[in-house]
Amino acid sequence: MDLAYLWFWIVGFLFIGYFVLDGFDFGVGMSLPFLGKDDIARRQIINTIGPVWDLNETWVIVAGAALFASFPEWYATLFSGFYLPLLLILLALIARGVSFEYRHQRDSLKWKRGFDRMIVIGSAVPAFLWGVAFANIVQGVPLDADHEYVGSLLTLLNPYGILGGLVTLLLFFTHGVYFVALKTDGQVRADARKLARTSGLATIVAAALFLVWTIVQAANNQAPLLMGVVAFSGIAALALIGSWVANLRDREGTAFTLGAITIVTAVAALFFALFPNVMPSTLEAGSGLTIENASSTDYTLTIMSWAALIFLPLVLAYQGWTYWVFRKRVTRARIEKAALVAH
Amino acid sequence: MEWLDPLALARWQFGLTTLYHFLFVPLTLGMSLVVAIFQTVWYRTGDVKWLHLTRFFGKIFLINFAMGVVTGIVQEFQFGMNWSAYSRFVGDVFGAPLAFEGLLAFFLEATFIGLWIFGWDKLPRLAHLASIWMATLGATFSAYFIIAANAFMQNPVGYQMAADGHRAELVDFWAMLTNPVALAAFPHTIFSGWMFAAMIVASISAWHLARGRNVEMMRTTLRFGLWSAIVSFVLVAVAGDQLSLVMVATQPMKMAAAEATFNTVCGQDASFSIFTLGTPDGTSELFSIRVPFLLSILSTHSLDGCVEGINDLNTMYSQQMFPQFADQVDGNFAPVLWVTYWAFRWMIALGGLTALISAVGLWVTRKKATRPVAPWMWRVAIWAAPLPMLASLVGWLFTEMGRQPWIVFGLMLTQDGVSPSVPGWSVLVSLIAFTVTYASLAVVEFGLIKKYAQKGPDPLPDPNAPREPDTVENTPTTVY
Repeated sequence: MDLAYLWFWIVGFLFIGYFVLDGFDFGVGMSLPFLGKDDIARRQIINTIGPVWDLNETWVIVAGAALFASFPEWYATLFSGFYLPLLLILLALIARGVSFEYRHQRDSLKWKRGFDRMIVIGSAVPAFLWGVAFANIVQGVPLDADHEYVGSLLTLLNPYGILGGLVTLLLFFTHGVYFVALKTDGQVRADARKLARTSGLATIVAAALFLVWTIVQAANNQAPLLMGVVAFSGIAALALIGSWVANLRDREGTAFTLGAITIVTAVAALFFALFPNVMPSTLEAGSGLTIENASSTDYTLTIMSWAALIFLPLVLAYQGWTYWVFRKRVTRARIEKAALVAH
Repeated sequence: MEWLDPLALARWQFGLTTLYHFLFVPLTLGMSLVVAIFQTVWYRTGDVKWLHLTRFFGKIFLINFAMGVVTGIVQEFQFGMNWSAYSRFVGDVFGAPLAFEGLLAFFLEATFIGLWIFGWDKLPRLAHLASIWMATLGATFSAYFIIAANAFMQNPVGYQMAADGHRAELVDFWAMLTNPVALAAFPHTIFSGWMFAAMIVASISAWHLARGRNVEMMRTTLRFGLWSAIVSFVLVAVAGDQLSLVMVATQPMKMAAAEATFNTVCGQDASFSIFTLGTPDGTSELFSIRVPFLLSILSTHSLDGCVEGINDLNTMYSQQMFPQFADQVDGNFAPVLWVTYWAFRWMIALGGLTALISAVGLWVTRKKATRPVAPWMWRVAIWAAPLPMLASLVGWLFTEMGRQPWIVFGLMLTQDGVSPSVPGWSVLVSLIAFTVTYASLAVVEFGLIKKYAQKGPDPLPDPNAPREPDTVENTPTTVY
């Protein structure tokens, strides 16, 4: 088997990992205005992801680097073509990351409110824009004969792209709220369950529309893995509905797990729809990128494959262990006690 | 329009964001080690003084670490965003070390730093101690891979050109990882990071000692910081000496530019000018202080070595080695001379000054010193903190500006690496956005470091007071 094909799926795996993990971080951040009724509650919410947001975010760095190394043409076209959305994502990630670390460093309400706002915006912007970006990758964008992007920012804000953005925004939001319900206690936990009922419904509607659109589009393009697109979209839809039902029945762990499965399978469906292209061109005279013409040499991919084979399981093991170490709920009492010690 | 030139804007953005990122990187490299050492001493001795020092310097380390993390993502995205032609050309070679960096180093660092921050009351003491060491290891690994990637731009090895010449292809990964430039630049960079962290420790300690606060703890850390700075300086100098030998062999133009030597000189004439007054382009010299033989010694470790001059190198590059690029650069393959000349000198001077201050500081605070340290001396120690940082910054300025006009030496010019599809106004928007964001964050970050540095460590407990049982669960932890 050609290694470039293997790396298409490894890149897919890394982006799926990123969306599953940082996805609920984004949701937790966006939930602050809905669930954070006082400072203790807000700290409870932020502390659910305190120990892990950095490792979750690192997945995008690794995914980006893997993309660079295995498909330089794809990386170059994508990152230079989607310049402004990526700039906004970068600024948002900077604002969000700094806010997690700095908001508790001064005991002033004004200071904290400022960073809270940055957490919300810094979570919502990437949650929306990643969806826009991936929907456009799958749908195709105008690339010229040299694989250079010739569209503008507005080209990306087409109906399918915007819907894709809305789906990731809602999906990450609801998934994050499930996580808050799973990791807190008291009022925040009760509020989160209630919030997820409403946001979950909106997510189901938007996601269903998007997945059907994706399947139709893949069928029109005669995607070779159409059955995969259909199957994974189906699983995603079932898991999404299942997570909503689980939340109704106050099964927090099940709701969160099914939410994670939704993200995994929905993003996988996108990669199935994309295969064997990596960035199709919408121009007649243009030239799209495929797995074959965008990839690195077999030598580079062989070395990278060994590294991935050895280190990815190791990474998954110690990251899994980290989640186990911080498995306990962040209780209101714990934050109150910490607030007391600090003064 | 000249000011919307995407190439110039992209270069300014890369320089600005990279140097800014590098304010935080060396401190992360050094400070994680300092914290790991302090915590190890606490683990071994059980002396609560070391616990307080670990937490105190740990706090400063973390405030700095957050900035390093968020500004680092920009670096990786920027290659594709602003330098897509470069990325297409080198991706097969240059991407691999970045992917290794992510997989082996960043994951390690990011995961274990989280465990360390929040794990005080959740992990057994040894596992918690191991976390900070793992994070330190991750940071150090990442420095190696990124320097190996950079070394390829300085001295491309382990590759061959594709049959149609459109890209460089990796043929020997090991050769790329053991690039002689990387082997010398890595220790040079790591030790300079240690030196910076050492001076931050010394500076903060001096601030407290000057005010008579936390004297017992701060005297220990002052001496620790000053000693570490001196040891690091020696290591930096040894590695730097090795690096300059490699540089002369691989990028002779950079050494010629460092000295602004136009004609090849040998032996006694290969002098090192400490100071020059002249026209900025170096065409005529008004006044200079010169040390004979020194350039020969620096470049070749011998008294009768020769250093090639800019003019001779230009002739060789234009006619023999890189004639295909000669027209694009008008036959001039030299970088901007006043930048390389002064950056090289300032790097050495700032590093040397740091070591000198440390040596004097150790002398006046030695055990048998009879006179109290004069207030102005404390002030010197406090304000010495940014010196090694500035030395690092001008050092990188020299390394990267000295590589010009190449983006990959001998293979691709910087002007050919820029993204053809990104309009100048987009780059201008991002340049402004990063400048504004980074400037405001710098104010916030400096304010926080100052706040916690001046607050000082938790005071040592009264030895007679009743003590809570010393268990893992009773260790105060961090909460956001």
